[in-house]
Amino acid sequence: MRTSRGAAVAVILTVGATLAACSNGSSGGTGSNNTNTGQKLAGSGAFTYVTGKDNSGIWAPLAAKWNASHPTMKVTIKQQSDQADQQLSDLEQHFQAKDANYDVVTVDVIWTAEFAAKGWVVPLTGANKLDTSKMLSGPVKAATYAGTLYAAPWASDGGILFYRKDQVKTPPKTWNDIINDCKGKTSPTIQGGKEGCYAGQFAKYEGLTVNAAEAINAAGGQIVKSDGKTPNVDTPQAANGLNFLVNGFKQGYIPKEAIGFQETQSLNAFDAGQLMFMRNWPYAYAIANNAPPNKGSKVAGKFGIAPLPGPNGHGASSLGGHNLAISKYSKHQASGLAFVKWLEEPAQQRFILTKGTLAPVLSSLYQDKSLYKQFPYLPTLYKSIQSAVPRPVTPFYPAVTEAIETNAYAALQGQKSTQQALKDMQAAIKSATGA
Amino acid sequence: MTTATPAGQVEGLGTVRSPDKAPKRGRSKRTAGEGRLAFILIAPTIALLGVVVGYPIVKAIYQSFLTDQGLDKATGFFNQGGMWTGVTNYKYWLLEKCGSSHCPPGTFGAQFWASVGFTLFVAVVTVTLETIIGMIFALMMNRAFKGRGLIRAVILIPWAIPTAVTAKLWSVVFDPQGILNHVIGAHYQWTSQTWPARFAIIIADTWKTTPFIALLILAGLQGISHDLYESARIDGATAWQRFTKITLPLVKPALAVAVIFRALDALRMYDLPAILTGGANGTTTMSILVVRQLQATNTNSASALSTITFIFIFAISLALVKLFNANIVGAQKPAKEEK
Repeated sequence: MRTSRGAAVAVILTVGATLAACSNGSSGGTGSNNTNTGQKLAGSGAFTYVTGKDNSGIWAPLAAKWNASHPTMKVTIKQQSDQADQQLSDLEQHFQAKDANYDVVTVDVIWTAEFAAKGWVVPLTGANKLDTSKMLSGPVKAATYAGTLYAAPWASDGGILFYRKDQVKTPPKTWNDIINDCKGKTSPTIQGGKEGCYAGQFAKYEGLTVNAAEAINAAGGQIVKSDGKTPNVDTPQAANGLNFLVNGFKQGYIPKEAIGFQETQSLNAFDAGQLMFMRNWPYAYAIANNAPPNKGSKVAGKFGIAPLPGPNGHGASSLGGHNLAISKYSKHQASGLAFVKWLEEPAQQRFILTKGTLAPVLSSLYQDKSLYKQFPYLPTLYKSIQSAVPRPVTPFYPAVTEAIETNAYAALQGQKSTQQALKDMQAAIKSATGA
Repeated sequence: MTTATPAGQVEGLGTVRSPDKAPKRGRSKRTAGEGRLAFILIAPTIALLGVVVGYPIVKAIYQSFLTDQGLDKATGFFNQGGMWTGVTNYKYWLLEKCGSSHCPPGTFGAQFWASVGFTLFVAVVTVTLETIIGMIFALMMNRAFKGRGLIRAVILIPWAIPTAVTAKLWSVVFDPQGILNHVIGAHYQWTSQTWPARFAIIIADTWKTTPFIALLILAGLQGISHDLYESARIDGATAWQRFTKITLPLVKPALAVAVIFRALDALRMYDLPAILTGGANGTTTMSILVVRQLQATNTNSASALSTITFIFIFAISLALVKLFNANIVGAQKPAKEEK
């Protein structure tokens, strides 16, 4: 009696405790019925554009401008949270529910393949072709899945090297330049009297995938083959690349604190004058230079920027940024496409740079010298994005990035050799993609 | 507040079970009409529980035997998945089998047993620490002294702060250049080395949830009559004897509820490690693994892991209920009165 009652109590407790874990009941899944016909998109009228939280306030003016000139197809902006994970789950839930109200959506470059393979977004081909001839090639590649453009490249991003020009006369071009510049001047910790040498983002999160991929690509390696699923990372080139980071921790040219760095921590250390070199995104430029409303940087005016170094000359950045995609379930796809094309026009692309400090995808803007005063990093960023390599364009991205992060992190911590890490990475990607 | 729902469930359970049990026990004087009325009154509750608790669980268990969506090699698009696959998903986790071979490091499957070990470790350590410290706090709060109200309020503050905020606060404390290293004069990488990261989570969790245990124990303490202590004192019992012979046995029902709830909470811990360490450095809990697998849109495989987690927590809670045997059942009444 008592036991059964006790068991029942336990059941109730456990049910309450684990209900949240079990509540995801949707089996999702569409896609195989999606056709690639490229028939002209139909449906005009008011529609919704979904994007992450608008921290720089670009969407209110953009929407007002669009609505003023397009009274019959007004856009409503829906803002999600500012966390990428939550944006992705929000999108996934709405697409699984075939929500017709998510007409045009912002997708991170790394999600685009998944959205395409699930048939959630319409290809921009045939009658709906988007002119990509004036765009940078990297962002276009990142929006292309299985040879078809599924989203419009809209904002890009690339890593750049920040260096202390008060201590280093010419920016380093190669990894060896970095190591030589640091000799005798730096220490393996940022907390001592001397500063640390080089840091990027090496905590176990997406940023590590970005940094590891950059090192591997710079050394001529690759993570997956161009089909987006066959791993090809167990190579001597990839080992050379990853070894730059592994040896950094071993030999001390990467300070030991950097194993916990995300973008913010690396920038904080650089701002505090604790780093000679830093790999970061261009957003760090204004902050480190104390451009209002930022303050507290000790290195304002004392640093320069350069393209990322590699083993022999400049390296390869990973590509960041966002694409615009039109939902398969939207009833106003024609309006959506018009909106997307409008956002790609030079005026709007210029606006997202000047007002939102996002990196445009139109090459012409990077050659516009009138912008250099406000954005001195533009030519460097241009070089960076031109040579940038998209992270694996694969519909299994979450599992692939887990494979890269976990194994690269173990190698950086010295828990396994570079060779073993790459071997495991290769096997894990293979298992994840079913290749 | 938090205690209201689980206690209500326990109570509701008793009500649910009594119609069929009562006649056998022969203790009921109810007529058939009263029984019917009772059934009508609780029917909505049962129906509601069936919809919000029963259905999702059954559905999740069913799904755990189906395949996930996979890429159709010919079209490059995802197929529907949802084919019957037997226990493949369970093999993926329990045996760490990816297809026919062992899951390579860096796959989610390869992290299963490590996450079970860490989850158990954290649960045992935190619940032990929290019970001991919580008991001390409760004894303090139960005494009449000047400034007692202030002490009670101070002790409760950590419990009132949302876990996500707690995690962010502690991540500042645990920063390599943060206050903790400064105070102890060390250079630990609190959140990026295996053992420091684990202890960071234990410290933050203990800080946050000790007040919960203290509060429940305090409720138990306040139900103990002062007469008992007085007569014990007259009989010459020492303070330690009064604690072990009076306080402990009488507070045990409340303690049992506190420990079981905390153990369940700890076993499904997600937010603290997710924010503090992101699950890196050997701090991936089972719940983190479920969420990761869901984010990778492998819903059915994640359902299998949810089910495993469910059974795992169920087994442990059953063991705990048995451990406190008589008292959990007896606890239903005192626990109610205390509130």
